[in-house]
Amino acid sequence: MESLGVLLLYPVNAYLEQELDRRCRLYRFWESPRDEFLRAHAGAVRAVVGNANYGADAALIDALPALEIVASFSVGIDRVDLAKCRERGIRVTNTPDVLTDDVADLAVGLAIAVLRRIPQADRYVRAGLWKSRGDYTLTTRFSGKRVGIIGLGRIGQAVARRVEAFDCPVNYHQRTEQKSVYPNYTYYPTVVELASNSDVLVVACPLNASTRHIVSREVMEALGPKGVLINVGRGPHVDEPEMVAALADGRLGGAGLDVFEDEPNVPEALLGMDNVVLVPHVGSGTYETRKAMADLVLGNLEAHVLSKPLLTPVV
Amino acid sequence: MPPPAAHGAAGAAGDKPLVLLAQPLFPNFAAALEGRYRFVLAGDADAATVAEARVLLVPGLVAVTADLIDRFPALELMVATSVGLDHVDLRACRHRRGLAVTNAGVAFSVDTADYAVGLVVAVLRRVAAAEAHLRRGAWATDGEFPLATKVSGKRVGILGLGSIGTLVARRLAAFGCRIAYNSRSPKPSCPYEFYPTARALAAASDVLVLSCALTEETRRVVDRGVMEALGAGGVLVNVGRGGLVDEPELVRCLQEGVIGGAGLDVYEDEPEVPPELLAMDNVVLSGHRAVLTAESMRGVAEVVAGNLEAFFAGRPLLSPVTL
Repeated sequence: MESLGVLLLYPVNAYLEQELDRRCRLYRFWESPRDEFLRAHAGAVRAVVGNANYGADAALIDALPALEIVASFSVGIDRVDLAKCRERGIRVTNTPDVLTDDVADLAVGLAIAVLRRIPQADRYVRAGLWKSRGDYTLTTRFSGKRVGIIGLGRIGQAVARRVEAFDCPVNYHQRTEQKSVYPNYTYYPTVVELASNSDVLVVACPLNASTRHIVSREVMEALGPKGVLINVGRGPHVDEPEMVAALADGRLGGAGLDVFEDEPNVPEALLGMDNVVLVPHVGSGTYETRKAMADLVLGNLEAHVLSKPLLTPVV
Repeated sequence: MPPPAAHGAAGAAGDKPLVLLAQPLFPNFAAALEGRYRFVLAGDADAATVAEARVLLVPGLVAVTADLIDRFPALELMVATSVGLDHVDLRACRHRRGLAVTNAGVAFSVDTADYAVGLVVAVLRRVAAAEAHLRRGAWATDGEFPLATKVSGKRVGILGLGSIGTLVARRLAAFGCRIAYNSRSPKPSCPYEFYPTARALAAASDVLVLSCALTEETRRVVDRGVMEALGAGGVLVNVGRGGLVDEPELVRCLQEGVIGGAGLDVYEDEPEVPPELLAMDNVVLSGHRAVLTAESMRGVAEVVAGNLEAFFAGRPLLSPVTL
């Protein structure tokens, strides 16, 4: 695919960039001002590679007349204008499955970290407080907590399987109940009811128009003063200012957050709280998974060039 | 083990049974045992108490020496509030005929296992370090946090497949980890692969979780040889006792990259933590708190109360330990 002009929107991964450079005609979007770049190269770009934060929006798609395929280095493609792609006949691929384990591992790891205050305890020891003040605070058991999952897709199911090993009852909400598939999980027809009946609420659904702010003030209040919110989806799944206020007031007990509405910016108020664990969008951030994701992007581009079926098409 | 003698009233009708304390009771135990026993600190015992005392309650990890045991000729029961008994002179207990010892039983197993899993994920996925990166503003200024390594698929070696180790195994198996173990003897009923030594287990593992008791046999079982076998990408998680690990060697192995990281809840000389560890971002540190949950505290208070009640009623003890 040496003649495939690929526009990489951001230096998302060194191995991916190196392979794109080696195997295709690579353009790096961040190396020159946008307008200058488009004037010079727009016509040569047949493929765009972005990630969770950098996608092919309508404006970019309109500026690339030769665009054939958008291969996202992510599973969530909320930053890609899918309607526009369908309209233009542009294919879209993502990276499902290869990152499912990592995201689920992190979701459960964050839930334990929040309930048991693991990073806080680490900071406590490093600050010399174990010696000077004695034991850090009592926390609460993770095993047996009711876990509510918004979206029982690949990631949601992987979370459910893990927490079952901790004897956590599993509740879920999604558009349809699938009783025969999940006889042991309890379905709730609304997110508020899910939250009311859960101790830990995990966001694991795609971000789209109907799931934006799906975790609203009402949902967080239903989760309650002892409830813990775990977001490994997208920042906009949660009404962030409401979440900050609810955590500050104690209307929401705690949160483990991998994503934020305006990454890499994190609300200042969260930094002052000790009932939260905050990580910088590391859900798929292992070298094993990022390589697998890169190979999937490359595989999709290659399939496209060879007119073979795409490996993981969305559009 | 000889059954505890049935015991009616302590002396005069209505007197509460006498229980010696190795150190003052913690508040949660005091509440659970309120009004049911006559507590006397061992150090304050007068001659009559010394002669009469049949039960010694050992709150926390205060040392119980042969001298202390020898002072009380009528001692029949020692009730510990911990699982580990490395603070108790067990040889002296064995030599005292008719002395039974109880521990916390399985009251702490779930929380300890959960904590071990939390530490495994936190170390492999660098959760504490990633948070530190975010909290000091580096996400905005320096960019993405460096990549960590997958938890799923890792080979986990569990040293000590007792009640805690079994729960750790079940949890990490659900994360897609491959479980193997070393124990005093193989457990034919469990589905995991047995390795005959700690070193063999370490050589076959990416993560080594310590969940065994500290005894003469297991002191410093994790030595340089075991850590070299675990290897440069290997991670050590200790929720057992600091004494299981050669701590100065652990520090050197981390500094030299002989092993890749560690999650530590226990240390050789608590609350002292080797200062070299405080500067490392591939370790997650914790102050011996794997069991510090409301649920475990309630659970152990029930076990302690239950053991005392059983003893004085002449019923079998709830959590006797084989000495």
